[in-house]
Amino acid sequence: MPENIFKVNEEEYMLPGNRACQGCGLSLAYRYALKALREDTILTIPASCLTVLHGLYPTTSVTIPCLNCTFASTAASAAGLVAGLTATGKTNTTVVAFAGDGGTYDIGIQALSGAAERGTDFIFVCYDNEGYMNTGTQRSSATPMGALTTTTPILTKEQNKKDMLKIMEAHDIAYIATTSPAYPLDLYDKFVKAKRIRGTRYMQIHVPCPPGWGYPPRDTVKIARLAIETGVFVLFEVENGKFRFTGRSKSLAEKGNRLPLINYIERQDRFKKMSVEQLSRFQKFIDNKWHEYIKKAEA
Amino acid sequence: MAETIIMTGNTAAAIAAKLCQVQVVAAYPITPQTSIIETLSQFIESGALKAEYVRVESEHSAMTVCISASTVGARVFTSTSSHGLLYMHEQLHWAAGSRLPVVMCCVNRGVGAPWSIFNDQQDSIAQRDTGWIQLYCRDNQEIIDTVIQAYRIAEEVYAPVMVCYDGFVLSHTMMPVCVPDTETVNSFLPPYKPHTFLSAEKPRNINPVIFPGMRHNSEGVLCDGYMEMRYKLQEALEKARDVIVSVGMQYAKLTGRDYSELLWRYKTEDAEILLTGMGSIATEATVAVDQLRQEGIKAGVVGIRAYRPFPRKAIQEALKNAKALIVLEKDISYGFEGALCSDIKAALYGTGLNAPLHNYIAGLGGRDVKAREIYEAVKTSLEDMKSKKAQNKTIWINCRR
Ligand SMILES: Cc1ncc(C[n+]2csc(CCOP(=O)(O)OP(=O)(O)O)c2C)c(N)n1
Ligand code: SF4
Ligand SMILES: [Mg+2]
Repeated sequence: MPENIFKVNEEEYMLPGNRACQGCGLSLAYRYALKALREDTILTIPASCLTVLHGLYPTTSVTIPCLNCTFASTAASAAGLVAGLTATGKTNTTVVAFAGDGGTYDIGIQALSGAAERGTDFIFVCYDNEGYMNTGTQRSSATPMGALTTTTPILTKEQNKKDMLKIMEAHDIAYIATTSPAYPLDLYDKFVKAKRIRGTRYMQIHVPCPPGWGYPPRDTVKIARLAIETGVFVLFEVENGKFRFTGRSKSLAEKGNRLPLINYIERQDRFKKMSVEQLSRFQKFIDNKWHEYIKKAEA
Repeated sequence: MAETIIMTGNTAAAIAAKLCQVQVVAAYPITPQTSIIETLSQFIESGALKAEYVRVESEHSAMTVCISASTVGARVFTSTSSHGLLYMHEQLHWAAGSRLPVVMCCVNRGVGAPWSIFNDQQDSIAQRDTGWIQLYCRDNQEIIDTVIQAYRIAEEVYAPVMVCYDGFVLSHTMMPVCVPDTETVNSFLPPYKPHTFLSAEKPRNINPVIFPGMRHNSEGVLCDGYMEMRYKLQEALEKARDVIVSVGMQYAKLTGRDYSELLWRYKTEDAEILLTGMGSIATEATVAVDQLRQEGIKAGVVGIRAYRPFPRKAIQEALKNAKALIVLEKDISYGFEGALCSDIKAALYGTGLNAPLHNYIAGLGGRDVKAREIYEAVKTSLEDMKSKKAQNKTIWINCRR
């Protein structure tokens, strides 16, 4: 049921002018996510770049109601909103938690796992910029191998990225989808769909970050696309346990024409100290994941 | 009709939450608090209480759920002890900073390492500066009455209230409790009507980043900065003293039980030796006072009900004729003295009262402290105080030194 560009909600919920950096992948994705979520939504967000995007008291750049919460508490904050709204008879409001990778993979994972296990009726969105960006690009468990961060400044990150999507799949939740700001309509459709489904929905957006990744702000969409072309990031949905590729990843899977990883790596300063050995390990890591996905799609 | 039933402190707390018709409960098990939430689970699953119960995976999440549910306008309840309370620390600040009327029971228990499940008050004392109102109970009747009053207080001053009582000593001990009837509680505590709440209809951004200075909003109004918000929280807690008293007086009118003061007194009219403390240790002190009086020693007890806001004036008034002061407490501010002792001294500063004061650190991690031992300690102190060198001392009671 892909909607076309003419069907996209015309209303803007992110006002022009916000505090995110130039070329921020999060801003692009957020604009379309909010258009899809539209009215009858309450957001809750932890400490992150998104807090900054929302603006400084007493003004805000976002017109959807929002409750800021502490870094570790995002999913519990959403659960509290759901419980409070249910108890006061307001069951038509969609509760949406929007957290960074640090707030999802690391400090927020406990509350998220708890809320998902309880089947809390909410959407959890992880926008993954692959590091603690708000505090100045430190390593998180979502940072890919070989990346320089301010806490892996010489040796680069030595471990592979954590597979958060697999962790969420293991929770047997209602809906999982991955999206990218390079494909705003795909992103929009998935958020529209997520809003219609009840139960726990988990969305992950791969958001390039010019200062944190080291590339010119004008290249955000290009980088986001290359992530998909190389299979570093894969567009898919899991609905009622059924996996399926979507969008560009679907045709890559059909045609088997993924680009080599180097095309993605060479454009980002964060990988400039990556060794040849790391590159081949990273490539292997991606290939293995890709094959896992192919198997799931065939199952 | 009110009914008198024999019950534990934890049952009293759960019944109180039910009588207050709390709408959202979120809690996590920890001894000695657990039976409160077990009882509430029974109430909720049997349909006796209509509420959302969120069985969270941690205390951090329990307090978070209370915060968010309260933000959208629900009346909320939680309870915890010891490490659970410490684990909530970040969220305690967040609840108070958000000015939400969350009510929580803290069943006081010692804090590790090493592990202790037994009673002292180090847990709640360690949360003193989080912006919560702290009320201490001395028996199970006070637990049920204080929880009910706590909602009135919280919802009037927009600050969270912690109802503290001693683990096992009260939580697991059966006592007769007069349970007010639903109509009485309903007339005392109407349904919660928040002055502001978050809803999908009214976009706003609650608790965003704030800078040190004041800033204008889009309508050109100069809004509070961080300092102003903190000042208002401080003002709310200062104001809470009068609210606690007036709520207590209204409650007294309905139930006949006296809650008209921030303190309670025992044989203080002619007392020269005044013992103070919070919770069950102060109750124990009343027995010691009876023994002292049998020997003609004019002793009395001033029990502290409200620890935050601290009843400065009431304490000045209650202690003004003291010739000797004994502060008993189940906590320690390491590197100094008992926290209550410091606060009492601070309250007396500048009043001209210069009575000798002995601070007893007692009952940590559940170490028994009997009335007889308090009696003996007071006798020793009185002897000791005659010497100029022993006017101000911290003494660990029942402890090998
Ligand atoms: C308990 C706690 N620890 C640390 C911080 C500091 N902190 C604020 S935002 C942030 C990084 C957030 O990273 P992520 O969730 O990935 O979001 P991003 O900033 O990258 O968008 C950190 C470490 C905090 N606010 N709270
Ligand atoms: S640091 Fe990166 S994620 Fe954060 S606002 Fe800037 S571009 Fe966006
Ligand atoms: Mg991040």
